[in-house]
Amino acid sequence: MLSFIAKRTLLALSQMLVISAVAFFLLYLSSSGIARTILGEQATEEQVAAKTAELGLDRPLPVRYVEWLLGVFQGDLGRSYFTPQDVSDALISRLPTTLSLLIATTIIAALIAFALGIAAAVYRGWLDRLVQILSIAGYAIPGFLFALLLVIVFAINLGWLPATGYVQLTTDPLGWLKTVILPIAALSIGVIAATAQQVRGAVIDVLRQDYVRTLRSRGLSEREIIFKHVLRNASGTGLTVLGLQFVGLLGGAIVVEQIFALPGLGTVAIQYTSRGDIPVVMGLLIITSLIVAVVNLLVDLGVGFLNPKARVA
Amino acid sequence: MSEQLLSVDKLGVDFTRRRTTFTALEEITFSIAEGETVGLVGESGSGKTTIGRSILGLVPPTRGTLTFRGEDITHASRAKRRELSRDMQVVFQDPYTSLNPSLTIEGILAEPLRAQGIDRREAGRRVKELLDRVRLPSDAAGRLPREFSGGQRQRVAIARALALRPRLIVCDEPVSALDLTTQQRVLDLFIEIQRDTGCAYLFVSHDLSVIRHVSHRVIVLNRGKIVESGGVEKVTSDPDDPYTQRLMMSAPLPDPGAQRERREELEKLRVDSERAA
Amino acid sequence: MSTSDKPETTLHRFLANPLALGAAIVLLVIVLCSALAPVLAGADPAFSAIRDAFLAPFSAGHPLGTDSAGRDIWARLLYGGQISLLGALLALVVAALIGIPAGLLAGYYGRWFDSVSVWMANLVQSMPGIVVLLAARAVLGPSIWISMLIFGVILSPGFYRVVRTAVINVRGELYVDAAKVSGLRDSAIIGRHILTVVRGPIIIQASLLLGIALAIQSGLEFLGVGDNSVPSWGNMLNEGFRSIYRAPITLLWPSLAIGLTCAALVIIGNGLRDALEERGLSSARRDRRKNVGTATAAMAALPAVDEAALDEAAPLTRPGVNTADESETIVTAPLADLEFVPEPVWSDSTPLETPEPDPSAVLSVRRLRVGYGSGPHDKTVVHNVSLDVHAGEVLGLVGESGSGKTQTAFAVLGLLPTGGRVTNGSVLFDGEELTTRSRASMRELRGTGIAYIPQEPMSNLDPSFKVGSQLSTPMMRRLGLDKRAARTRALELLDRVGIREPERTYDSYPHEISGGMAQRVLIAGAVSCRPRLLIADEPTTALDVTVQAEVLRLLRELQSEQEMAVILVTHNFGVVADICDRVAVMNKGTIVEQNDVESLFARPRHPYTQTLLGSTLEGGPSRIDLDRAEAEGAHR
Repeated sequence: MLSFIAKRTLLALSQMLVISAVAFFLLYLSSSGIARTILGEQATEEQVAAKTAELGLDRPLPVRYVEWLLGVFQGDLGRSYFTPQDVSDALISRLPTTLSLLIATTIIAALIAFALGIAAAVYRGWLDRLVQILSIAGYAIPGFLFALLLVIVFAINLGWLPATGYVQLTTDPLGWLKTVILPIAALSIGVIAATAQQVRGAVIDVLRQDYVRTLRSRGLSEREIIFKHVLRNASGTGLTVLGLQFVGLLGGAIVVEQIFALPGLGTVAIQYTSRGDIPVVMGLLIITSLIVAVVNLLVDLGVGFLNPKARVA
Repeated sequence: MSEQLLSVDKLGVDFTRRRTTFTALEEITFSIAEGETVGLVGESGSGKTTIGRSILGLVPPTRGTLTFRGEDITHASRAKRRELSRDMQVVFQDPYTSLNPSLTIEGILAEPLRAQGIDRREAGRRVKELLDRVRLPSDAAGRLPREFSGGQRQRVAIARALALRPRLIVCDEPVSALDLTTQQRVLDLFIEIQRDTGCAYLFVSHDLSVIRHVSHRVIVLNRGKIVESGGVEKVTSDPDDPYTQRLMMSAPLPDPGAQRERREELEKLRVDSERAA
Repeated sequence: MSTSDKPETTLHRFLANPLALGAAIVLLVIVLCSALAPVLAGADPAFSAIRDAFLAPFSAGHPLGTDSAGRDIWARLLYGGQISLLGALLALVVAALIGIPAGLLAGYYGRWFDSVSVWMANLVQSMPGIVVLLAARAVLGPSIWISMLIFGVILSPGFYRVVRTAVINVRGELYVDAAKVSGLRDSAIIGRHILTVVRGPIIIQASLLLGIALAIQSGLEFLGVGDNSVPSWGNMLNEGFRSIYRAPITLLWPSLAIGLTCAALVIIGNGLRDALEERGLSSARRDRRKNVGTATAAMAALPAVDEAALDEAAPLTRPGVNTADESETIVTAPLADLEFVPEPVWSDSTPLETPEPDPSAVLSVRRLRVGYGSGPHDKTVVHNVSLDVHAGEVLGLVGESGSGKTQTAFAVLGLLPTGGRVTNGSVLFDGEELTTRSRASMRELRGTGIAYIPQEPMSNLDPSFKVGSQLSTPMMRRLGLDKRAARTRALELLDRVGIREPERTYDSYPHEISGGMAQRVLIAGAVSCRPRLLIADEPTTALDVTVQAEVLRLLRELQSEQEMAVILVTHNFGVVADICDRVAVMNKGTIVEQNDVESLFARPRHPYTQTLLGSTLEGGPSRIDLDRAEAEGAHR
């Protein structure tokens, strides 16, 4: 198990290295005249040259990448072009909002999706059909449309919940809850739909396995068979789907944060990218891919824990 | 004995998986003459299927040589293999997966013919002949494999193998997925075809009784090595090798009295070998 | 039966699904409207008149009203459709151009290209799409075409994975090997055998990916980072959102357009999948021998063409094909074969002529009937089966596939597959009726009263739990042993069934032990709670002969030690001769003959039994004998 963890961690690290290198080179190669953009049209050639030198843009790209990478390992993501702020400060201060949104969504969605998927697979009949229809609907309609619908109905028409704004979890838990209910609901629907569908399929599949019949022939209770044996064998699929959904969720969070005006990574992302602030964009890329890498690692470990055969691979 | 059709000389096959090498076959030497059936018998993991697959070019040999009609085919190119397909064919074990479910019987049977450049009309005529040969109705041509039972599908697979009038057919457990009554009928069809066309069979099976029914000579495999070979009467009724003896004694006889005796003999064999060990 | 010669195509099944058909029509209408925008719009989508801002729907000249800049919403919706759909299409085409060839190559040839491409697909899929698109936007500026081009690359693993998996599955099929041996070129194999299988999944995936591309594209534009100089659905959303308090209705139209399109695409994808799966259901029968569920399904679907009938008649038109005809209307046509119930032959020594249950037997079955489905589709797979098993006796239940022997066994266990039920007759166990028992009370009986040994050793152990826990848990639950006692007893059992290192096997996962060992573990599990009746369903069929002999020896010993009654389901007369005291021969759901083992082999009475025994090769003539007989026949 330990070598399995080590192998997966190394794989994740190598992937991040490649992503960062490719992103770094592509971004800097395809952007020209950064200093000119920052200084504006009126700046003289000398001013532009001075700015280029100040930003270190006149030095070879590989050198700059290595320097940047070394900085990353020390938690330094460089400085924004347009504001006198450290990229890491700008991003890390926003991280808790986004992360709390993502984690809460994942947990809630996972619980609901597993419950629905198992119930649909075990009871079949009308419940199954209902879950299927909800799944198609939830999967088919883009999450931000749900978010808009929720804003219009619950915030604007009914006025039950605030449409925008954010309260820190640590300062006012109830207030926090009020501000995140709608965003979490909007984000979860798609995840629930996709995951419930896969869990349902996996549970039906496991229920058809020979060993389930054999377990029944031993006189074990149906509850023990479903919640111990079937659930464990079906969870791998559910977990893998959740992992894939999480990547989409990151993108979804950016949009949803914008709709509900939550001060998370998404708002930073949009602000800085429209201005072409490459250091911030690089920081954003590295942080999001780190989050994804950690989630993938957790999923791999989870699947490895559930399925002894996967540990060998 | 007539001229040797296929000679296998010191064939060895290794498989590499996850950086560990596993030897599936070692020092396999035998030959098949025109028109005869050589039976290959062994249990799972004995490498019997691998022998057939490496002769067909589906598994590359690691060591040794394969000679077919005097020509070295050990490392035959894809083009050479396509040429060889006229002389060498196959019938697989599973009649459910060896036929493409979305092609009609005619499409399946015409495939080898068309690959050899035979035109559509001639191919159609030959398909009718083939169906007749394996005793399937000629209107089976337009149907899909799923409309047929296991035994009938295996007849289709035999017809496909016969399409190019090969000299050698590798039969990989061709009756082990079939019911008892069907099994015997398909075996008899194999024998009848051999008498009519003079083709040779390499007949692979785990079942000594099946091997006894169709083979002239028998090779017994255990863990990738030949443990015994010889004429069918000798190997299947009075084997010399202890493993072959155990294989023979382990198969229960459909006669309670005879089986009781066989069981006692097997028990003696077991006690002897335990004492030896 | 008036069935067409051509089998029903996937397209037919797709169009027969009302939901999918509706979605296809909706999509078609949306596409047509967008394509015909210049004809249908009636206004310039970019023409802005501030005094006309926020006109309500159905205003003069503006069927859907106007937006914040006074532009006609209907016109913008139609022209926006062009841009949005073409953008999504661009992403799809790029994804297909990269993903499909890569998947084909990786799947068919494997090796280094496979490992490299899998690694790259993983890499691309671990990047959140929107973040990458935002980064691209930062350096390349806003352009729907550039971002959709990049998104196409991000989507390409979607195609790649589907194609690769499908190709790997097909590549392993025997018919591809057969095509190679038939002398087909790789290009012909890919064209004939591989593309046909991959086609369906590609189309399904395309509809899903198109929806995703559209959603991402509108999401991006909605964020306001897109190119807002062109009318597109996403840009319309963005504008609507800015005036969400003033005129929420302006949000409705683009939302509706995006939502409907995405939903239609997903429903079409699902419909296609269902249509393809139905085809798969009626064709794949590969593991019919392994799984009873499928065996019964196979009976329902397969024509069960009579092999005997084939060989009897030499002429070319014959009953075999008539039955094949019926296979196309499997659901409506009940198996003609099953309507014919063979006449049973009772031997003199069989006490079964008494219609009353035998009180001295552990198990006494009378007139058992097992059926599947209900109404016009029902099918009876076991007819009128009666049998008795006494303590210490082994009854062999023999027959070919589809004879109903396994169904009879499952009916006794109360573990018939979904859809199956006992429709008539009685099953008495220790004098107690089982057919009327509740599910819960049947459970009380299993393990301790009636136990079961399956056919396939590997698939009958839960792969996620150690062998030990699978053995000890039932003893804890059913015998009330504590954990330590259960472990001790499990180790004793493992030792008893001949496993050399019980402790090691106890701590192993099923995939770490061999098939023969797994079967011993399953036998240990079956006898662990000291059942009165053991039902063994082809317990040695999946094993090598040498292992079979050992397992039979073990079963015989355990059976006499524990004085169990045993029902042994098998197709092998050698196994019957070896271990059974009495035999019941089944054919087409009925017991045709029942007798003690010596008499049955010495004097088979029913013609079917005679045919079966005549087909056994064991102890029969060798090829040399056959050739000699043939030569003599030719001389005469």
